[in-house]
Amino acid sequence: MTSEKRKNWETTSKSDGERKTFFKTLSDIDIPTLAEENSQLSSKNEDKLGYPGQYPFTRGVRANGYRSRLWTMRQFAGYGDPDDTNKRFHFLLTQGQTGLSTAFDMPSLMGYDPNHPLSEGEVGREGVSLATIEDMERLFKGIDLTKVTTSMTINCSASPVLAMYFALGKRRGYSLNNMGGTIQNDILKEYIAQKEWICPPAPAVRIVCDMIEYCSINAKRFNPVSISGYHIREAGATAVQELAFTLYNGITYAEECVKRGLHIDSFAAGLSFFWDVHNDFFEEIAKFRAGRRMWAKFMKERFGALEPRSQMLRTHAQTAGVSLTAQQPLNNIARVALQAAAAVLGGTQSLHTNAMDETLSLPTENAVRVALRTQQIIAHETGIADTVDPLAGSYYVEWLTDQVEAQALDLIDKLDKMGGMVRAIDIGFPQKEISESAYQFQMELEAGNRTIVGVTDFKEDTDSQKIPLHKVSLEVEKNRIEEFNAFLKQRSETKAQEMLGLVRQACINETNLMNILVDAVESGVTLGEVCKIYREVFGEYRDPGFV
Amino acid sequence: MTRPIKILVAKIGLDGHDRGAKVIARALRDAGMEVVYTGLHQTADSVVNSAIQEDVDFIGISILSGAHMTVFPKVLNLLKEKRASDIVVFGGGIIPDEDISELGKLGVKKIFTPGAATTECIEWIKQEFSSED
Repeated sequence: MTSEKRKNWETTSKSDGERKTFFKTLSDIDIPTLAEENSQLSSKNEDKLGYPGQYPFTRGVRANGYRSRLWTMRQFAGYGDPDDTNKRFHFLLTQGQTGLSTAFDMPSLMGYDPNHPLSEGEVGREGVSLATIEDMERLFKGIDLTKVTTSMTINCSASPVLAMYFALGKRRGYSLNNMGGTIQNDILKEYIAQKEWICPPAPAVRIVCDMIEYCSINAKRFNPVSISGYHIREAGATAVQELAFTLYNGITYAEECVKRGLHIDSFAAGLSFFWDVHNDFFEEIAKFRAGRRMWAKFMKERFGALEPRSQMLRTHAQTAGVSLTAQQPLNNIARVALQAAAAVLGGTQSLHTNAMDETLSLPTENAVRVALRTQQIIAHETGIADTVDPLAGSYYVEWLTDQVEAQALDLIDKLDKMGGMVRAIDIGFPQKEISESAYQFQMELEAGNRTIVGVTDFKEDTDSQKIPLHKVSLEVEKNRIEEFNAFLKQRSETKAQEMLGLVRQACINETNLMNILVDAVESGVTLGEVCKIYREVFGEYRDPGFV
Repeated sequence: MTRPIKILVAKIGLDGHDRGAKVIARALRDAGMEVVYTGLHQTADSVVNSAIQEDVDFIGISILSGAHMTVFPKVLNLLKEKRASDIVVFGGGIIPDEDISELGKLGVKKIFTPGAATTECIEWIKQEFSSED
């Protein structure tokens, strides 16, 4: 039954024609000219959308959205030695930032101390160099870690770093249960996308679960894993692939913890997420909403989680670094603003906005300030944060949320049939899917079917937007090695060696590593020493180089 | 002359960004070239050794970590030492203009920067290959 008005619209729509032969999202979903009221949707509104703060959390995890509390503005920062980064942290806090987020350098991320040959040229370059409890103390000097929540982006070498964080808390006399924050520690996505690993997936997942278990008992406000779509997306995945692979990684950690006898409700509240926010505005919003609904259902139906906290998908988000252009870098401010608005409309709990210069170097202070101000403008000027989930009920947004969910569920079904994520990684399934999408995107760009302003079209002399860049001093590496060697000299070598022996034993015996690591780093054991034991006991993972 | 052009696409050091390396490897393969991809975390030594063993015409190094001024000279020196300087070295990544001209003087034949099309790279390789012969 089509009304007269509907028929008229159809006629006009046809005669007006369209400016492109096809319209599709970044996930290749065909976009209708007009989204219309969907009878299937309206009849199931209560089940599919519910109320904010209620299962299945499509409309958000808090009853009042941002009316009670804004999202945490958390800019990722780190460079040079721990003192350099501590200074940047204090700067960000005085600028009105509400949480901290630590970027580590490549050697720390790969589990090498500054004096290791493989660290050459990389110390303090892309993030802060950190190897000892003393470094941790300098990094957070003058910052109350029971008041400010801290995020640490580190994965294969996360366990000694978290141990140093807690050991510092103990030194300062905090109760660990008062220390809030997040450590990324999502090792599965390393094999899939970011490629920072030490040992093969199975023992690596075991270490992650040790940390989940430890936090569920000793540090209940701390999220021991941030299950990350960000890097999967940046490596070339579509929104649908990002959603499916990330949720499946979450399912994998939950399964492993349940297998070792933990009850789902004892740890699930500590599983947090991290999304990329890319250019396709509505598809990103749909991804956040579909993700919450899917995770709530998995937790309830697959795992029997009863606590609402276990069913809630709480997430950090970062605007898409890969979408920024080296050409005409000031345009990136506009990209970031739109992506950040999508994250807020999608209901994120915390947000990093990229600085305009991040394709070229680590950000300057000024570029970071503009990025933070962008969040403050969204929060305080646009009104976006003044009502809960303002796009709910939009024909298009609800339709797209359903589409994204359905396609991600298909992919999850495939992973189930494959025998799970560790197996899928072994045969290169997610890696190849991502490479394929990255390739397709590049081909579409080159065929003129996709546009990047300032790169494929609207090009000009980039000098018109020349911006100053941040430089890391080359002195840092030399100084760091000296400091590190001095640290080794003043520790008790007997004690350190004894603790390293205990770490090795815990690796072999499969007893929880975290208790022993907290004591080990307190006695001066370094990040690189712990990771060296992991390499020796569990073996080293090598890139299979799937193309 | 019907032999396909043979290329080693390489990642050196701790840098894990491999999106570009994989896209270019595939594009060169689709253009009919014979492509070997090293995978991540290689050393300059292992890359030069594979290049000689595989008897490639080109080594393409993708680098986004900022360590290009140490990586490229190492590879070029090793090629010289091993009398394999006939292998053409080129690269891709985020590399500032002043470093590109410096690398050019050292013997890096071409650097592709962000936004370069794969077709641009394919054309350049074909041209370079025919002028070498």
